[in-house]
Amino acid sequence: MARFSLRSLGLAAAAPVGAVIIAAAISSIVLMITGHSPVDAAIGMWSGLGKTRIQISAINNAGAYYLAAVAVAIGFKMNLLNIGVEGQYTLAAMIAAAFAGARWLGDVPGVLRVVLTFLVAILVGAAWAGIAVVLKVTRGVSEVISTIMLNSIAGALIAYLMVPGRMAILDGNLKHTVDIPNDGLVGAISISGSTTPLYTLTLVAVVVGIAYALLLNRTVFGFSLRATGLNPAAAIASGIGAKKMAITAMLISGGVAGLVGMAELLNGGAHHYSQEFPTGYGIMGIAIALLGRNSPIGMALAALLWSFLGGVSNSLQSKHIPKELVTIMQGLIVLCVVIAYEVVRRYKIRLEQREVARALSDSPGSDLAEAGVTA
Amino acid sequence: MADTADVPAVALRGITKRYPGVVANSDINLTVHRGTVHALVGENGAGKSTLMKTLYGMHRPDEGSIEVNGEHTTFHSPADAIAVGIGMVHQHFMLADNLTVWENIVLGSEPVKAGRLDAAGARAQIRELGQRYGLAVDPDELVEHLGVGARQRVEILKVLYRGAKILILDEPTGVLVPQEVDELFSNLRELKAEGLTIIFISHKLDEVRAISDEITVIRRGTTVGTADPNAVTNRELAEMMVGAALPVPELRESTVTDRVVLELKGIEVITSTNRTALSDIDLTIHAGEVVGIAGVEGNGQPELVNVIMGIIPPAAGTIELSGVDISGHSTLKRREAGVGFIPEDRHRQGLILEAPLWENRILGHQTRPPASKGFLINRAAARADTQRIVADYDVRTPSIDVLAAALSGGNQQKLIVGREMSGNPVLLIAAHPTRGVDVGAQAAIWEQLRHARAAGLAVLLISADLEELIGMSDSLKVLLRGRFVGTYDPHEVTPESLGGAMTGAERVG
Repeated sequence: MARFSLRSLGLAAAAPVGAVIIAAAISSIVLMITGHSPVDAAIGMWSGLGKTRIQISAINNAGAYYLAAVAVAIGFKMNLLNIGVEGQYTLAAMIAAAFAGARWLGDVPGVLRVVLTFLVAILVGAAWAGIAVVLKVTRGVSEVISTIMLNSIAGALIAYLMVPGRMAILDGNLKHTVDIPNDGLVGAISISGSTTPLYTLTLVAVVVGIAYALLLNRTVFGFSLRATGLNPAAAIASGIGAKKMAITAMLISGGVAGLVGMAELLNGGAHHYSQEFPTGYGIMGIAIALLGRNSPIGMALAALLWSFLGGVSNSLQSKHIPKELVTIMQGLIVLCVVIAYEVVRRYKIRLEQREVARALSDSPGSDLAEAGVTA
Repeated sequence: MADTADVPAVALRGITKRYPGVVANSDINLTVHRGTVHALVGENGAGKSTLMKTLYGMHRPDEGSIEVNGEHTTFHSPADAIAVGIGMVHQHFMLADNLTVWENIVLGSEPVKAGRLDAAGARAQIRELGQRYGLAVDPDELVEHLGVGARQRVEILKVLYRGAKILILDEPTGVLVPQEVDELFSNLRELKAEGLTIIFISHKLDEVRAISDEITVIRRGTTVGTADPNAVTNRELAEMMVGAALPVPELRESTVTDRVVLELKGIEVITSTNRTALSDIDLTIHAGEVVGIAGVEGNGQPELVNVIMGIIPPAAGTIELSGVDISGHSTLKRREAGVGFIPEDRHRQGLILEAPLWENRILGHQTRPPASKGFLINRAAARADTQRIVADYDVRTPSIDVLAAALSGGNQQKLIVGREMSGNPVLLIAAHPTRGVDVGAQAAIWEQLRHARAAGLAVLLISADLEELIGMSDSLKVLLRGRFVGTYDPHEVTPESLGGAMTGAERVG
């Protein structure tokens, strides 16, 4: 049924593309109301796109965004809402940084050291997410509430640990973890025209993306995950244990979240974790997972869109347009996309019912009713 | 009037409609007399709706002729059909909730007076129509405040407002409760008395016989005959619809063995709301035996099913499967041990509507071949096995890649039955296995149950259809308020005495 798949591809693209166009249109109206020229804004953004510096940092950011989105999507696929990627990745990055800089690791060879650092980050992310899921399956605490609270607790915990004598040192005014020695870092590719190098660890995001796609579509676990998300009652009747699924999905989600900050930590120029370590990726991840509809490729495109939009926001200021325009636009895209997906989803089911009914010369009216899909 | 009385309102001759690859209608002949209610019956997929679309101008037939009131006509669009007085009342209401009744009725053919919408005129005309045909609705009421029956009257008024003299009603009772059906029928009689002609499409045979003056049966795209509703029985009609002697739910010689497959001892279930849903349940099912459970809904049937499936834990008692205590086993482990499950509500527990058929084949079998291999899904094998089910169980679908939601109820059910019979189950829990499916699918499902029983399957059958229960069971138990209150021999029991026991009026030991 090539026709079906080609069409579903078109339908899949319709929602996000439509949402971006509508968001751009509304943003233009907002600009005009506030006395700015949408054309100027478009030119400003376009000129920003051409700058190597912006391109490189956008690609670097996209990697982190994508990992955060995958972490969120693993939960989303079974209607498990991990809002705690933010706390999971910041805590993971901080503890992994302290670990990688630890003196007692001195004699461990570089490669092993990097692998161990990754392992620590994954474990810390998974453990932090694990708290939420344990509360959920044993006490029935909503993971939405617990993960949001755990984000705050992670912030407090980091503040507590980032004190000289605990896990940090004082360097001038900046408190940061001990610098990671060079052989514990991973080389980045410096590009002329950009002060930021191209992060090689963005490849981790690619690998995770492929693994996510395979997990979802080729494994029993992925099938169970999707079944639970699409019809929890049928999943339970089919022997898919709800608790076990929640625990496994949350631990994997947290583990992936642990990877979010690793490129910045091991590829970046700081060589340590400090208060200046980038935050907000976890929240971005939720928006990107929504926009990319939890699809491995969709989220990659969404992550790139997000990071490029963020990248060009500074160029707007040269045109005297507030860079917050980009924030407004991102918000609008998410809002539009949620609506557009629902519209397209309903349309797709109806279309297919009609299609099948026609192929069988069946009565579409009565079948629609029997299929019980409320459209 | 006398000279036109014999001219039929609608006469279709040799109508054939082809879709790419399929003939949806072939050589349809239909004569509908004026001032009558003419029923068109047939199984799902027999071609009723295709025919009605032809008559309503939604598409043009490839062959054949349409005569309305004796005049040869060709429809290019529904507008042409409306112009000659044919109106269609769709099964799914097409009303705007936030508009009033009169606004909905005039929508699309608004009366204009001096360049402005003539609201007063519209209201008056609608009141007049309502009075004439006994279709009481307040023109100024908002549609969102109306019940289903009233909405349907608005739909009918909409058609009458456009001057229709021939009304097509597509499955009009599907959404109504019994009282509303009665109301609709008295409306239809009134319309008929006013000289209108009604074409009534349905597969509910009781209703068809109650309302119609003549019945035309359609099967596999063609008209197979007409029947007199006063002379024909439901069974005869159903046999015309399926084109064969209607299979009856009956078992042949006993295949019951003495090998116990399922044994429940002293099962008690307490719900999360602290209600005792089941108590003192003892039940034994042997290989090759079908045990039927009769009972009014809400007497513990879902709990019985769920406790056997391991979806809810028993508060007391043990469950043994082939001599092994499975009381503590997970649902997955029970399924892997060979327990098949046809759930009561196929949309809730049986299918993932938004997944393709072949993925639905995996559901419940996700840890076993052919659906999977180790921790990986075996796509090729799962797809091949779905093809097998589609072929063996006559699931009518163009492909195994369509979403389960796109299939008709009967075909969805056949897919589920095929899936649950896969992998040599030892026990099948069948809850209302033929609910909401057409007679053809029902016969097919019964036949599969008989086959499986002969092959040594133990079956727990729960049904609200007493004929099915009595015909398909080797032994019957009545469940009342969470307890078994009687065991019956299906060869001796009558539906009446069973019905008495189900309501607690009669108690048999």
